Amino acid sequence: MTTPKTLFDKIWDAHVVRPETADTPAVLYIDLHLVHEVTSPQAFAELRERDLTLRRPDRTLATMDHSTPTLPRRPDGSYPFVDAQAEAQVQRLTENARHFGVELHGLGDDVQGIVHVIGPELGATQPGMTVVCGDSHTATHGAFGALAFGIGTSEVAHVLATQCLLQRRPRTLRVNVDGQMRAGVGAKDLILAIVAKVGVGGGTGFAAEYAGPAVRALSMDGRMTISNMSIEMGARAGLIAPDEATFEYLAGRPRVPKGESFDRAVASWRNLVSDPGSRFDREVSIDAGALEPMITWGTNPAQAIPVSGKVPDPAAAADAAGRAAGEAALRYMGLKAGQAILGQPVQVVFIGSCTNSRLSDLREAARVMKGRKVKLRTLVVPGSRQVKRSAEAEGLDRIFKEAGAEWREPGCSMCIAMNGDALERGQYCVSTSNRNFEGRQGTGGRTLLASPATAAAAAVVGSVADPRRL
Amino acid sequence: MEPFRSVRSRTVVLTASNVDTDQIIPARFLKTIEKKGLGRSLFADWRYRPDGTPRPDFVLNQPEAKGCAILVAGDNFGCGSSREHAPWALCDAGFRAVISTTIADIFKNNALKNGLLPVVIDKASHAELLASPGAEIEVDLEARVVVLPSGGKSSFPIESFARYCLMNGVDELGYLLAQAEAIAAHERAH
Repeated sequence: MTTPKTLFDKIWDAHVVRPETADTPAVLYIDLHLVHEVTSPQAFAELRERDLTLRRPDRTLATMDHSTPTLPRRPDGSYPFVDAQAEAQVQRLTENARHFGVELHGLGDDVQGIVHVIGPELGATQPGMTVVCGDSHTATHGAFGALAFGIGTSEVAHVLATQCLLQRRPRTLRVNVDGQMRAGVGAKDLILAIVAKVGVGGGTGFAAEYAGPAVRALSMDGRMTISNMSIEMGARAGLIAPDEATFEYLAGRPRVPKGESFDRAVASWRNLVSDPGSRFDREVSIDAGALEPMITWGTNPAQAIPVSGKVPDPAAAADAAGRAAGEAALRYMGLKAGQAILGQPVQVVFIGSCTNSRLSDLREAARVMKGRKVKLRTLVVPGSRQVKRSAEAEGLDRIFKEAGAEWREPGCSMCIAMNGDALERGQYCVSTSNRNFEGRQGTGGRTLLASPATAAAAAVVGSVADPRRL
Repeated sequence: MEPFRSVRSRTVVLTASNVDTDQIIPARFLKTIEKKGLGRSLFADWRYRPDGTPRPDFVLNQPEAKGCAILVAGDNFGCGSSREHAPWALCDAGFRAVISTTIADIFKNNALKNGLLPVVIDKASHAELLASPGAEIEVDLEARVVVLPSGGKSSFPIESFARYCLMNGVDELGYLLAQAEAIAAHERAH
């Protein structure tokens, strides 16, 4: 009788090239390596220095997203990069892609966009794959039942040269999401609640799996939002078993097998579930039915409360370190213990990022903004050129522009504020991105993370608002 | 890489917990295409005022911090991004070890690749270090222990292969390249 295996076990075991021993990590094969301009230059440089070639160009896919401008090309055809360094970095990826033979969808390419948006769009991400990228939100691809995680630049070089990584097997954590979310509560609210429950370090050392009826009910975009923020609780990977929704999403996409090959692939993908009775090192449960729209108040993603809630009192923290952290967060954010977060004035709203910049996210924001005007600076940044085209085909861009929001070109933009889209010191921003660390969106900037609906509500009200009450 | 056996140094103590990679090296410095030179931008937004002058009350700007190679930090150090620029900045600023009660996974792996030792010790030993900033201590990779100011020893876990590579100056990419046959066999079979 074979031992029941988790989804993670099945994928891991199928990719072991040399098994783990007491003295050595496993050599793990990587099916898909996604590349962008920020974490690759030094890796390609290492290959050049050592006279190495790219082992599998067919398993490597690159885009430009972090440093790229979201303003349109100038009349002379040049791009308005924020500085010479950003332009040089992007140029370096173009040179490296040419030299090593990497498929690059750069600026001007009709499928360019945020790396974790275009991988799934192109059908490059598939169930059962191992997927890596020099970016911690690579966890996003776990939504397809792939083992997907972020790596550093040294490991980027390892994968470029050998298509493999040295890895020790992590522990497994299952997040059981019971019940169903109520109307007006979505995937972003769910993952913020999960991260708040597990804590920023609670998932360290684990690969997570999300299970339960509320997860099954999510669209692929919603699942990507969930998996994306796994790293915010310290879990490098966050898997969701594939099902009919996954297969339907994938059917017909450019890099997905077609015809009989597709049918065979789907048949094998159906095995990518955690077997009944399989063992996880840790399990946590959360009741989706009890959730409300969530928003962060502090300086890490776990410092989140329902939008109707009050900013907690640091004095109530479990220990001195917790109290100090709470006090530092309140000081940085300029908020008061016990204050309601509803009605907190806000100066900027950012709708975008690999967490929430897909078509359904834009539709969610547009539903709130339709027929209304924004009261503050609102940036809407689609996740890719394909998302932008689809949104325009539905007239979402007109809704955003008529509301007074800025409709931008695709890119990471204000999530990481590397490209010139940034907050000014002291500004409050309701953002659909994934991190509210100090200075993340601009030195001195104050981020409140939320769903597209909650962000759009803040834009039209001018302060933190409950999207269900508009 | 130079073989790493142990490091003996006075400590710099950063008491904050959950020090994330955006604090260690803000994103605007990630536009570099080099690995070196990030030391001056380490903890930039905590270290410098808006006008660029150093904040005198930040630990790294104090005279005692000069020459220190060991950073003692609060719980969950290095959480956040996969940017290897974080250990690059720490190394460029002269650090060779970071000690905490937990260290985030991706940061830990990146640190090991750069000769920056991520050291996780028990709460009591950590408390002793937090209470004695500037004390001279030793981090012994060979014995896997931290020698505390009191003279006590606190053992720390370290992935055995990373330890072997650090102690012997072995290059992980070289090791992987040597697996070429096994990799090719896997590719043929799948």
